[in-house]
Amino acid sequence: MYNGRIQLVAIAGSILLIVFILILIRKRRLKEEYSILWLFFSFVFLILSFWRGSIDWLAAKLGVAYSPAALLLVLLMAIFVIMIEFSTIISKISESNKNLAQDLGLLKEELDKLKNKNTKEETPNQVENNGQASDN
Amino acid sequence: MIDEIHHNFRKYDILVVNDGSLDQTGKLARQTHKASVIDLPFNLGIGAAVQTGFKYAFRHNYDIALQFDGDGQHMVNEISKIVSPVLDKKVDCMIGSRFIQNLDNFKSHPIRRIGIKLFGYISYLLIGQRIKDQTSGFRAFNKELIGFLARYYPTDYPEPEVIILIGKNGFRIGEVFTQMRERQGGVSSIPIARGPFYMSKVLLAMLMAALREKRIKPKNNV
Repeated sequence: MYNGRIQLVAIAGSILLIVFILILIRKRRLKEEYSILWLFFSFVFLILSFWRGSIDWLAAKLGVAYSPAALLLVLLMAIFVIMIEFSTIISKISESNKNLAQDLGLLKEELDKLKNKNTKEETPNQVENNGQASDN
Repeated sequence: MIDEIHHNFRKYDILVVNDGSLDQTGKLARQTHKASVIDLPFNLGIGAAVQTGFKYAFRHNYDIALQFDGDGQHMVNEISKIVSPVLDKKVDCMIGSRFIQNLDNFKSHPIRRIGIKLFGYISYLLIGQRIKDQTSGFRAFNKELIGFLARYYPTDYPEPEVIILIGKNGFRIGEVFTQMRERQGGVSSIPIARGPFYMSKVLLAMLMAALREKRIKPKNNV
């Protein structure tokens, strides 16, 4: 079922993947914290390609009848985990993005007020908060 | 409308939050010289826009924040109706409700009505209090809540979630009947076609708000 060539290709592919990720990190195109998962799964693929019987062993353990399907399962799991990781990162970024935009709006308003120097001496103690969503 | 509020409630400061709209909203509001205007650099959605108001109120140390829709649905002459219970410290948050008296007279899409009713029951299950008009955007909040919401205001379609959030954190919520007019401009922030999406998003958000641990009291660094 396995022959030497496919194993060589698999090993070469896994090593290339790892090297590619490391180069990206070295060039600062990829942050270390976001590369961990990629590196982890690259090593998993490397192990799978070195150890010939691993897929069959895994398939037997999981009760998968057709052992190449076990490989697809590992692949899908990897992609799922990485995608979920991405979603959490996006959520974090959109939260800080929102905070930045709000603070920018608040600061602009304050700056405008300072510029206009309409020195009203009355100290405000109540506010009308017009929560208006623009609908366009 | 700014004029209307200004004339009737001189001791209030008015803040208009323009959520990245490219129409004349910000400009018109500014021209009145009676309101502060915050222009957000791009559209953040209703939750984030309203939260901007709370951040503003928190920064400037206001005692009460009144949330008021900009589309003319709410009646200016009913402002004191929802502000005074908060001033008298009877409640921490007062909601102007369309439904306290009779739900059926209110003209609204039936699907929307069912949704609002459902939210009411769910809020009863989650925080033991049935707020009839979950989606009302006519609300007054006290100082403690200003600080709290400046930190933790939900995004997207936040109104029902806010109720769960503050109810869960031990704030007292009140509800009083208020009139509603037809919108003078703009459309609902909840299009009917996106109803199912909205419903599931809000239901999930309400559930998660209830399941989350209580937030710690806000610190002074928003």
